[in-house]
Amino acid sequence: MVANNSQQALSITLRVWRQAGPDQPGKFVDYPAKDLSPHMSFLEMLDMVNDELTRKGEEPIAFAHDCREGICGTCSCTINGKPHGPGRGIATCQLYMRTFHDGDVIVVEPFRATAFPIVKDLVTDRSGFDKIMKSGGFITARAGSAPEANATLIPKENADLAMDAAACIGCGACVAACKNASAMLFVAAKVSHLGLLPQGEVERDRRVLAMVGTMEEQGFGNCTNYYECSAACPKLISHDFIARMNRDYLKASFRSAFQHASNSTGGGAG
Amino acid sequence: MAKLESKTPPGPLADKWRKYKTDIKLINPANKRKYDVIVVGAGLAGSSAAATLAELGYKVKNFVFHDSPRRAHSIAAQGGINAAKNYQNDGDSVHRLFYDTIKGGDYRSREANVHRLAEVSVNIIDQCVAQGVPFAREYGGLLANRSFGGAQVSRTFYARGQTGQQLLLGAYSALMRMVGSGGVQLFTNSEMLDLVVIDGHAKGIIVRDLITGEISRHAADAVVLATGGYGNVFNLSTYARGSNTTAIWRAYKRRACFANPCYTQIHPTCIPVSGEYQSKLTLMSESLRNDGRIWVPKNKEDRLKDPNSIPEADRDYYLERMYPAFGNLCPRDIASRAAKRVCDEGRGVGTSGPGVYLDFSDAIRRLGENMVRERYGNLFDIYHEITGESAYQTPMRIYPAVHYTMGGLWVDYNLMSNLPGLFVLGEANFSDHGANRLGASALMQGLADGYFVVPYTVGNYLADQKPASRPSTDAPEFKAAEENVRSMTKQLLGNKGTQPVSHFHKRLGKIMWEYCGMARNTAGLRKALEELPKLREEFWASVNVPGSGEALNQSLEQAGRVADFIELGELMCLDALTREESCGGHFREEHQYPDGECKRDDENFAHVAAWEFQGPGKPPLLNKEPLAYESVKMSVRNYK
Repeated sequence: MVANNSQQALSITLRVWRQAGPDQPGKFVDYPAKDLSPHMSFLEMLDMVNDELTRKGEEPIAFAHDCREGICGTCSCTINGKPHGPGRGIATCQLYMRTFHDGDVIVVEPFRATAFPIVKDLVTDRSGFDKIMKSGGFITARAGSAPEANATLIPKENADLAMDAAACIGCGACVAACKNASAMLFVAAKVSHLGLLPQGEVERDRRVLAMVGTMEEQGFGNCTNYYECSAACPKLISHDFIARMNRDYLKASFRSAFQHASNSTGGGAG
Repeated sequence: MAKLESKTPPGPLADKWRKYKTDIKLINPANKRKYDVIVVGAGLAGSSAAATLAELGYKVKNFVFHDSPRRAHSIAAQGGINAAKNYQNDGDSVHRLFYDTIKGGDYRSREANVHRLAEVSVNIIDQCVAQGVPFAREYGGLLANRSFGGAQVSRTFYARGQTGQQLLLGAYSALMRMVGSGGVQLFTNSEMLDLVVIDGHAKGIIVRDLITGEISRHAADAVVLATGGYGNVFNLSTYARGSNTTAIWRAYKRRACFANPCYTQIHPTCIPVSGEYQSKLTLMSESLRNDGRIWVPKNKEDRLKDPNSIPEADRDYYLERMYPAFGNLCPRDIASRAAKRVCDEGRGVGTSGPGVYLDFSDAIRRLGENMVRERYGNLFDIYHEITGESAYQTPMRIYPAVHYTMGGLWVDYNLMSNLPGLFVLGEANFSDHGANRLGASALMQGLADGYFVVPYTVGNYLADQKPASRPSTDAPEFKAAEENVRSMTKQLLGNKGTQPVSHFHKRLGKIMWEYCGMARNTAGLRKALEELPKLREEFWASVNVPGSGEALNQSLEQAGRVADFIELGELMCLDALTREESCGGHFREEHQYPDGECKRDDENFAHVAAWEFQGPGKPPLLNKEPLAYESVKMSVRNYK
């Protein structure tokens, strides 16, 4: 999409998905938005439309948002068919009206995925991600027990790659962009971030098995290598991490199948 | 009148925390699980506290208004976290970090709390690395550091420009581990709307489920509030739109004292305002001041010229000129006021709001564009998205914006408020940053409080409470608090006015920025104190909150928060008017030296102003906690 570089105000038509609740039927409703500054953010445009609706006594459009600087992962609109809309490497809140043209019809929907049920209008329930995280998305490091930070050296390349993966904001655009509604990129990013660091090595197998298992339980689909996820990701997290996770998963599955578990119940003497 | 005892342990400053930990009462592991602790908020302080208390064996209930704990606004902190590791061998120490923080706070914080913060700073880095926080590293594999404002050593640890995100995700993963193991019961989309106080002790909260509208009662043996700062009272700020004062404000109305509400931090490097529709100001990390040089044209006529066409001789690098020792790295309050001064002189640049240049051309010449990209690439990208300009080619335009609130609920050395059993952590309390916070110290404080302070101090309080003695939620105090919440909800929904909530929030923000912002004076504050009660009345007369209370209703959420902000605004102005001195972020025009620097009055104002609610319509009562400095000599801050 070519950015509109003019300073001229623009008027658009907003075609928004309205749905009063999870079990109610939804529909598209058109709202005009006039005389918008090109420097206005997309969410500020929604704020304006909502204020007008409120003044008319109608219920404003519910949409998820918070930090408005692309880091909290709350905002989650599908705009003109793309999660987070046109533009590369941005979240919905980082989209500006200069991206659009006078007279455009802008279609706004919630993120679409079975595992993200609609709460209201453009708001979805993404608690599936928290469930995946609690099943294994961590390194067990009790406060008070940590060794001196510089005692373990980590090659800069590994730390940088771990950081690339750790940049995930948990928005769910990867799921919404995937035709299978797969959460592979989300899970792979966390598995890779922690697995690339020596601190995460001990729980590496257990982590990948638990997280992938929970992902499947939560109704997310599988990966068929279209990489729409990376293209929609506001942090442009690479699909290479999915390959890395698949390797980890395979190795962990083998090891867990052939590994002898200790018979000890863990109790000590005394 | 509230009793404000700091409960600072006796003995030499450097030994207090160690001695405190040796002396506190302990609870045996089998009894710990008989105690319920409520933690409200899941930013750095809240999630680290909830996780750590659960690791110790307490039963924790964690409430967050977000859909996931990972959304809390700690996530947006860019620059870094301070710690006195002295990895650079540049002379850093616990004492120096302590001293820089006290001095940076303009001698208005509590000495013992700040020393403890500096002590545990080193443990935080160890803890975060153990959790897998991918801090920046050198080629040899060691942790990297950078320098930040208000310090002459490199003690800041960072993860690109996303340090807050990485620290929060670390704390969030610790929290989720404890949710998975059953130690923490997590309530998302749940907003605390009242505090329940029984026999003077905090024993529970009232919560609204933001999805279903259900209002519920929760009892506990102790309540921990870690609900962040209140900078959104200014409407435009670097805060997330949802950040609010409601939890601490409702606790204030249950008689928890509110300390130093007027201490707000205006961050010098934000992207200037572009229009009336604006909802948010975006910060450009202070770390940019390591390599960027701040200037405005010497002549007013040049202010709209292409900056690259203005010759070196016609530029005023005013921070380097006024503060040669610290230059572009002087503390935030000083850099912000200097920017205001040059803009007030008519030398501000840009066509939208006023601004000053933050110029990287020297750094690009010295380090090469690639190195600059590696250090600040994501910040340059953010700047480009918002303004459509490339900071590699033309200087950034920046202007100060509200960023942090140093004030908050009053707490003692235990981080417990004057209401026993109510603990307040992180930005929600007042204790560690005095009148001005140094960069990279907020993350340090949030995690210090959650991982290393309250796990000890909450135990010390609970040891005096009988196990399993918490009240039932059928107690009359719970019923009354629930009624209070229900009636406010009903009033807001039933009020079929004409204006959306944002209308009032914008007006409130303008009053606060104009009269209680970067510079304050008697006449302005008095004017604000006349306008705010009128705005409050108008809000209740003509706000329109569509929809119902039995479903997701964002207008209703926002209405409750703005109602609280309007009341808080009044308290902030009253506090600012009463504090007849300038200190840190609180600049009273009447109290300045001829060169425009803050004129503190240690004789009359070396105290914490802790305001106590006296009932609706009654003026609050001012309690004072004197600040006694044993180890540091109060002096005029000098960064020249």
